Amino acid sequence: MTEVTATGPAQVPEGQAVVEFSPRLLQSPEHELCPGCGHPVAWRVVLEVLEELGLANRSLLICGHGCYTQMMKLSDIDSLQCLHGRAPAVATGVKRMLPDTAVLTLQGDGDMVSEGLHEVLHAGARGERVTALLFNNGVFGDTGGHLTATTVLGQRTKTSLEGRDPATHGHPIDVARLLAQLDGTCYVARGAVNTPGTVARTKRMVRRALELQMEGAGFTFVEVLTMCPTGWFVPTPEGPDYLEETMSATFGLGELKAPGGP
Amino acid sequence: MGGGGGVTRRLMQGSAAVAEAAIAAGCRFFTGYPMLPFTELLECMAARLPAAGGVCVNAASEIEAINMALGAAATGARSATGSCGQGLALMQEGVAELALNELPLVLFNMARGQQDYFQATRGGGWGDYRTIALAPKDVPEAVAHTQLLFDLADRWRTPVLLYGDYVIAHTSVGIEVEPVVFPPLPPKDWALDGTMSGTGRARQIWTWNRGKPNTPGAGPDAAWKRIADKYAEIERAEARHEARDTEDAEVLLVSFGTTAVFVDRVVEELRADGLRIGSFRPVSLWPFPGSALAEASAGCRAVLVYELNAGQMVDDVTMHAADRSVVRSIGGVSQDASGMRQGDLLDLGALRARVREVIGR
Ligand SMILES: Cc1ncc(C[n+]2csc(CCOP(=O)(O)OP(=O)(O)O)c2C)c(N)n1
Ligand code: SF4
Ligand SMILES: [Mg+2]
Repeated sequence: MTEVTATGPAQVPEGQAVVEFSPRLLQSPEHELCPGCGHPVAWRVVLEVLEELGLANRSLLICGHGCYTQMMKLSDIDSLQCLHGRAPAVATGVKRMLPDTAVLTLQGDGDMVSEGLHEVLHAGARGERVTALLFNNGVFGDTGGHLTATTVLGQRTKTSLEGRDPATHGHPIDVARLLAQLDGTCYVARGAVNTPGTVARTKRMVRRALELQMEGAGFTFVEVLTMCPTGWFVPTPEGPDYLEETMSATFGLGELKAPGGP
Repeated sequence: MGGGGGVTRRLMQGSAAVAEAAIAAGCRFFTGYPMLPFTELLECMAARLPAAGGVCVNAASEIEAINMALGAAATGARSATGSCGQGLALMQEGVAELALNELPLVLFNMARGQQDYFQATRGGGWGDYRTIALAPKDVPEAVAHTQLLFDLADRWRTPVLLYGDYVIAHTSVGIEVEPVVFPPLPPKDWALDGTMSGTGRARQIWTWNRGKPNTPGAGPDAAWKRIADKYAEIERAEARHEARDTEDAEVLLVSFGTTAVFVDRVVEELRADGLRIGSFRPVSLWPFPGSALAEASAGCRAVLVYELNAGQMVDDVTMHAADRSVVRSIGGVSQDASGMRQGDLLDLGALRARVREVIGR
């Protein structure tokens, strides 16, 4: 097994405080996630878009269970932590009562695709006017690196020690493709945060999804492939390239569905 | 049929009357997954709630329903859902989550009989919580309880349950549903509406009560201790019961829900025959009216528990009776062929004979 290498804290350019890098909607930049984790990058994009669209004081977050729950805790957004897998159902009740509020759900692959596939597909089919975010790192990061419904073939986890083998563990689920087929969904896209280019593209996807939500167009969905070097058992600096070679190769990036065609 | 003073009673099925009561109480979100005899309530809400400015969603599962209802409740709206025992079994994850998030919700168990007493009073979710559960004996009481439950849920910030059944859901009665006025409630300053986002004091609802950096929470230990204390307070404040002819009774017949109507009739008949018998009914299954039962059963040589299940409430009765050695179960499992309602044991003659047999008179 590859050894996990620890890195030091992020290097801040001289004369600049970390806080200046932080979106205003973050109450504190001090998170407890691993070095090299992709979640904070992805979440930062979301916070920036909320602010840029002027939704800061009418947005509500429904958060699942995973390492990204940390992001909820630090964010200056009205938040509801819900049961594992159920965020789209909870968001349905919220949005039906608050139709003018920007309602976001934040889930991981374990939360959404393993535990909560039923809830997200039905919310999508009903065309709930919410934005569902999937931070997909292909493992249960929070529990220590176990197989989820999106773990790519060959990926080693603590419950697929020799790598995911379809004969034993089945195949990964591409939930974006499933959602894109449903008439209730109006926007389905998949980004990543392993390079500056993918981050910029992901930001445009989140922006489009939130704009469409506020127009009442239907269910909007953005999946973001995020690095989990700890759960993948790869050295931290190799996370972005590893994502490219494994996750991005299985789950192609881009808009799968958008008004007027992707 | 017009009554005196211009009061108009309408002939309504129990489910419709309960739906009207829920709407009169301000329920604005309802969801459910069809399951007889809860289905009729869902149908009535689907038909009436939109006109009252509310939303009714036909959920894709009971798990979805309870979580949708939780979401609506978190915004401060009066929210409700329900099912029968099996569906409520699926909902337990959410009931616990509501309790530990201190969110109000009204649950309707239109049960298929009396076998859900444990589920109603012990629950099946995680953590230290209880559920206020009221068991009406007939439709008028179900209407009153429905409105009371919306008040109790908000007052104590907890999920609450109505234990109805096929008899309540399907019996048609002439009834008038009027909104009941309750004492004022504290404002829902905990509710989420998105407007605190970006103010530096965003709100957060989380069973672990961790809070955010600017507004740290108490954390799970302190929060859950406080919630446990709250349930102890509810236990002292909200126990409800009905006792009849207990002053001189040497035999006490204990029942809950709609079977109590049969029990009261039998007590009347046996009294007329010279038997010193009385009846006791927990109106709230939780909190169980333990001290009232202790008082009512003082001096009784027999405390007979009539419930149509294998023996569930008998545990609570035994725990609280003045003399636990005189407690006997005289009910039993009894389901009709459809599986939707009480069976043959729910019969005046059978009950009378059973009481006489057990007390030897
Ligand atoms: C009902 C339930 N089952 C299991 C867990 C334990 N658990 C916590 S986080 C998690 C998985 C998180 O995986 P994912 O959503 O992919 O998030 P990640 O940590 O990878 O970002 C699990 C299984 C739980 N909290 N609740
Ligand atoms: S385990 Fe993975 S997902 Fe969790 S904080 Fe570490 S890198 Fe991020
Ligand atoms: Mg994951």
